[in-house]
Amino acid sequence: MLTSDNAFSTALALILSMDSALIDIVMLSLKVSLMAVMIASLIALPLGAALALWRFPGRNVVIVALNALMGLPPVVAGLCVYLLLSRAGPLGEWGLLFTPTAMMIAQVILVLPIIAALTRQQVEALHGEYAEQLNSLGLTRLRMIPTLLWDARFGLLTVILAGFGRASAEVGAVMIVGGNIDGVTRVMTTSIVLETSKGNLSMALGLGIILLTLVTMINAIAHMIGETAKRRLG
Amino acid sequence: MNKTTALITAGALGLTWSGTLLAADDYITLASTTSTENSGLFDAIIPAFTEETGIDVRVVAVGTGQAFEIGRRGDADSLLVHDTAGEEQLVADGYATERLNVMYNDFVIVGPSDDPAGISDSENVIDAMQRIAESESPFASRGDDSGTNRAELRLWEDAGVTPQGEWYRELGSGMGPTLNTAAGMDAYTFTDRATWVAFDNPQDLTLLFEGDKALFNQYGSLLLSAERHPHLKHDLAAQWHEWLVSEQGQKAIADFEVDGQQLFFPNAE
Amino acid sequence: MNAHHTPPVATLELDRVDFIHRGHTLLKPTSLRLAGCQRTLIMGPNGAGKSLLMRLAHGLLTPTTGSVRWQGAQPAQAMVFQRPVLLRRSALDNLTYVLAIKKASRPELKAIPRKAQAMSALEKFGLAHLAKRPARVLSGGEQQRLALARAWLLNPQVLFLDEPTSALDPAAIKAVEDAVLEFHRSGTRIVMTTHDLHQARRLANDVLFMHNGELLEHSPANDFFTAPSSREAAAFIRGELVW
Ligand SMILES: Nc1ncnc2c1ncn2[C@@H]1O[C@H](COP(=O)(O)OP(=O)(O)O)[C@@H](O)[C@H]1O
Ligand SMILES: [Mg+2]
Repeated sequence: MLTSDNAFSTALALILSMDSALIDIVMLSLKVSLMAVMIASLIALPLGAALALWRFPGRNVVIVALNALMGLPPVVAGLCVYLLLSRAGPLGEWGLLFTPTAMMIAQVILVLPIIAALTRQQVEALHGEYAEQLNSLGLTRLRMIPTLLWDARFGLLTVILAGFGRASAEVGAVMIVGGNIDGVTRVMTTSIVLETSKGNLSMALGLGIILLTLVTMINAIAHMIGETAKRRLG
Repeated sequence: MNKTTALITAGALGLTWSGTLLAADDYITLASTTSTENSGLFDAIIPAFTEETGIDVRVVAVGTGQAFEIGRRGDADSLLVHDTAGEEQLVADGYATERLNVMYNDFVIVGPSDDPAGISDSENVIDAMQRIAESESPFASRGDDSGTNRAELRLWEDAGVTPQGEWYRELGSGMGPTLNTAAGMDAYTFTDRATWVAFDNPQDLTLLFEGDKALFNQYGSLLLSAERHPHLKHDLAAQWHEWLVSEQGQKAIADFEVDGQQLFFPNAE
Repeated sequence: MNAHHTPPVATLELDRVDFIHRGHTLLKPTSLRLAGCQRTLIMGPNGAGKSLLMRLAHGLLTPTTGSVRWQGAQPAQAMVFQRPVLLRRSALDNLTYVLAIKKASRPELKAIPRKAQAMSALEKFGLAHLAKRPARVLSGGEQQRLALARAWLLNPQVLFLDEPTSALDPAAIKAVEDAVLEFHRSGTRIVMTTHDLHQARRLANDVLFMHNGELLEHSPANDFFTAPSSREAAAFIRGELVW
């Protein structure tokens, strides 16, 4: 019978046992999600900033599309990546299906719109404040991008964390493109699904507690870094 | 700050790739069904195979329908599934070159322990299914076009019942989630024995009907076509395919037990 | 007059410049010549179009019709705003930032590293002790001085200032006015808006008077304050025309 007590003690026992399979799963989860968020950020931060600075026909369509993609169901992203990477698909040659790389690609697709859309908002607001000064200094829009991104850094840290939250919490995409292979592509969320389907609910919840703890820790660290820096820089 | 970012990037890249690089290169990807994976069978037999051949087997556990799709697209090197008709179709369509019987397990009907439809003393599975339908007792069906789901639907047909109405609930889920749901709503359900025995959250569910020959669940191994999918690891996959039906493979299957119960019965010819 | 030989300041010419926004004429057609190294004060009540004219002159806005031209090469320019726009970095980093992006220096500082250049500018404007302080927690007066220090490093031939003292206390106002005179001494042409008559009397060589989106007068400071040629300017000087 499942009680929350029993899930907490399972979680605790799992952590204390330092089970190597569990550690592998946790590390893989972190690797995949952190890499995905990093790659997505490298693309989405400048992209969002560019979208804030340039006016072009169809810009509103792009913004609406990005906002809509923030709600893209992970399974759909997973399915698209699956069809892309499948042997019968256009990138089948690469042989990436059922690998951690495939999971990362799927998560990049999930996270990129969030980071790009929220970056666009933040940078646009900041640009409203900075535009005259930066124009007076004769900056090109391209040159404004790093300045605005850097000055919006505290807000953007939250944006990136939102992306990390989505990446680390989703299961639909990594299940499809990773295949939940034991020791290869099994991550926290797919393990939780697996344990649930085995009726092993306290183990599932125990894993859930560990995942939540990890995500909370990462958020707390980022928050502390942000707050300290903010206090120092005003 | 830029330096820090670069360091983090390099570190994360290193972490990601080191994991992949260190893994053995000799492996095949096997598409199989969730029920087989959940039973723990693979954890028991794959180490024996790996020891013998040095080949690792990576199992992607999906529904039977999806496993066939993976086979057709060439996304796995080998298939081990339990839908004989579907397997033969795959061979007929030229996606697979050979299908072999490997083992069987059986299906059982589980339900609430007070057995409102009174199926525990049914003569056969047809009778049991009819009693559930007549009493309109809640029945949870996988409804996901899996091998188990297809077997269940064939039995309703044989029983002359069109399963529909308030009592018949199609969940569209895997075996585990379906058992969880059935336990939650005190419904009967149709499950393979392996998943049932390994299942940890039965609540008030209990095994009510078993043993009819019509409930046997045949597993087959498929050798995929080298012509259709030249990129697959056919040599390694063939070793696995042959090992499953070999003396050692069959013995490993027979030796696998959960709670002292044998779950799969080797029957290679 | 100054130790460094700066080239003569280019002349700015506005030729029938107007500015129309959503059907409203915010600036009526205006022609204007700003020549020589003067301290030009743009005056007029609130909403007269002073800031607008300055932004057109500095190139932040494009006129609806007409042209804004510099005779000869376009001079180095800088602008100080009513509310200084400072980056979310330390005071010192705000200065090294412009040195890095503009690749400009004052001739007398050229030889030393950027950070030292920035420090010398902070010292010049009495901000050295605040170098590491985040720019945006500085007081209004300190922020405006930092904006002036930033402009100083850009070594502009023309400096635009848009009501730089309107939110400051008297001591801070004095500091800004001193800085303006210091810029001018070093060869920088000043174009500044204000609605403060006393400030204009203290600083102006010549005056542009605006009212209702129209340039009504351009005359030497003395003439303007003693014998304004328009009724509105006369009323403004008497303190009767506030809005
Ligand atoms: N971006 C703008 N959009 C619409 N109206 C503006 C804009 N900027 C200025 N105005 C209007 O133009 C007129 C002149 O403004 P401004 O040049 O700021 O006056 P001031 O002389 O006080 O500096 C005012 O009536 C103001 O409302
Ligand atoms: Mg103004």
